[in-house]
Amino acid sequence: MAPRIGVFICRCGINIAAYVDVPKVVEYAKTLPGVAYAEENMYTCSSDGLNKIKEAIKKHNLDRVVVASCTPRTHEPLFQATCEEAGVNKYLFEMANIRDQCSWVHMREPEKATKKAKDLIRMAVAKAALLEPDDEPEIDVIPSTLVIGGGVSGMRAALSVADQGFDVTIVEKEPALGGKLRGFDSLFPHKQKASEVLEPLIEKVTTHPRIRVLTESRLKSVYGFIGNFDIGVETGKGVETLKVGTIIVAVGAEVLKPRGLYLYGEDPRVVTQSELEQLLHTGSVNAEKIVMIQCSGSRSAERPYCSRICCNEAVKNALNVTEKGKEVYILYRDLQTYGIHYSRLEQEAKRKGIRFLKYQADKPPTITAEPNGLKVSVYSPTVNETVEVTANMLVLSTPLVPVSDAKELSQMLKVPLDSNGFFMEAHVKLRPIDFATDGIFVCGTAHSPKDIGESVAQALGVASRASIPMAKKRVRTAAIMSQVDQTRCSGCGTCIDVCPYNALRKNEKGLAETIAAVCKGCGVCGATCPEKAITMHHFTDEQIQAQGLAALEED
Amino acid sequence: MSEYEPKLVGFLCNWCSYAGADLAGVSRFQYPTNLRVIRVMCSGRVHPAHILEAFKDGADGVLVAGCHIPTDCHYISGNFKAQRRVAMVKKLMEQLGIEPERLRLEWISAAEGDKFAKTIREMTEDLKKLGPSPVAKVLKEAD
Repeated sequence: MAPRIGVFICRCGINIAAYVDVPKVVEYAKTLPGVAYAEENMYTCSSDGLNKIKEAIKKHNLDRVVVASCTPRTHEPLFQATCEEAGVNKYLFEMANIRDQCSWVHMREPEKATKKAKDLIRMAVAKAALLEPDDEPEIDVIPSTLVIGGGVSGMRAALSVADQGFDVTIVEKEPALGGKLRGFDSLFPHKQKASEVLEPLIEKVTTHPRIRVLTESRLKSVYGFIGNFDIGVETGKGVETLKVGTIIVAVGAEVLKPRGLYLYGEDPRVVTQSELEQLLHTGSVNAEKIVMIQCSGSRSAERPYCSRICCNEAVKNALNVTEKGKEVYILYRDLQTYGIHYSRLEQEAKRKGIRFLKYQADKPPTITAEPNGLKVSVYSPTVNETVEVTANMLVLSTPLVPVSDAKELSQMLKVPLDSNGFFMEAHVKLRPIDFATDGIFVCGTAHSPKDIGESVAQALGVASRASIPMAKKRVRTAAIMSQVDQTRCSGCGTCIDVCPYNALRKNEKGLAETIAAVCKGCGVCGATCPEKAITMHHFTDEQIQAQGLAALEED
Repeated sequence: MSEYEPKLVGFLCNWCSYAGADLAGVSRFQYPTNLRVIRVMCSGRVHPAHILEAFKDGADGVLVAGCHIPTDCHYISGNFKAQRRVAMVKKLMEQLGIEPERLRLEWISAAEGDKFAKTIREMTEDLKKLGPSPVAKVLKEAD
């Protein structure tokens, strides 16, 4: 029977439609062999768009679906679930990536982008026509979580997972738990002492029967998949191996120490906000006049992002030292004391006489070290003149930056970093604490600069996300696996040699067969078999070659 | 006459290089429109025949991209298999009279959107210099 393929082409608001002529592509899709129906959607992934897929499947009797939109890495599961709801097996679904790999990367060439979108849809339709339905095997999930990082995010996530009855191992590279919070004096917005938050948390974590803490330890290797990860941890006593079902990345961030900027590292009177915290903690701030400079090392060409927390931290520290009778100036570019608590704090600071002085990014303050103080000279666009203040202490509000081993970790876990080097979620709105790789989650400042409340919210979120597959005990794994055609197999055993998982064995006839539960679907055996006896489900030779042929056709 | 536009087919592994290509998009790194991507689960899935078929079907260049060696492969060692196969296919191409430079193997991680965009820019430029693939001509003569 000839396939009846439905093609749904997403405008993604303007993300696709501004660069690809979507109506034209829809008309083109209708002409492709096997296509019974094609339409465009404003957002195919919206509930409205998903309903339209389901309606069209019924109305037009579709047996295969192609969505041309973003990337299968984030949206394939959603569309597959929609197909299943309408009675179409999820393996009869295919995506054409016309956003991440087309409209977004060809923004200056709309005509060529439109042509490429047509080609990508032609390729997807060619593959869809050859797709076959498949059933998914189930695998057991090891009821244990690895939490990488023992700061407030990691500890909070670990506690929540452990309280749900699952084992947790925290791997912390420092000798003690606590992360960045260790160096803090008080916390905004309520001026609670950091130790009042940290100590009970550490106590709970270290005494919890289900939590194991490995300090001075580092991740060495990660293999496996959701439900069955094999982890190697370097503990100082050697390499320990762990078997876990899910992984939480809570490695936090580091505070930038901007050597050379505003005399930092050259004059001892110049410190960062976090160093001021430590001085406040030990009670040794002896400067009478303090100047703080916001965006020190952030929102620059090198680090274009806003570090989110520094305005709040500066206002909090300024209020703390003002209470001790000090005079404080805050030099800022744009003050971002966001939210109800922090804006109130800013108002309080202004009432209490802390002086806020705006500066321009292209005319940053200049600092001159003098024996009686640091002369801070800054052009104020508000009063249109240069203002001079001689301070006893200069405090730089420096951004959080990714941990130094972020890249190494991201490669080990096979999860991406964003352009600033922070760990990147699968989707900013749809899957904000998942990675695209199943079973791995991210929380806290590993993801981006954020305050403790926000970090804890994410930590509780990942604890819930990571617990779902463990509570279900089993997950369905993709049916993307190999199958040996017994009539073609010659029993040479090459596939058995190349399989990295020992997922093939010889049966009583001396012929190869796949052990379904063990096969991960890489396809190495399929690309090796000299008899072409191996079919890689969902990525068959015929499907791959049809895509290639379709790619090279002229439209 | 418009400028010659080479046809480039890319086999990208799902876990690293395809994600790297997505990141190039999220980062809005612009690159030429010549590439058509075939997603595979692992670079080790790419059979020499897939590459040769692509050339036979009219590709001017083929990219095979996977996870960095030695340890990044999602399937432990598929990238090494891809490496050996690509080396073998290059030799075969030389014997067949197809410039081996038309086939390129790259390790592109999920975090390397910039490297992905750069690779496509470079390959497109290189293929423009090489001109159309000799395969199409040979096949035409054989007909």
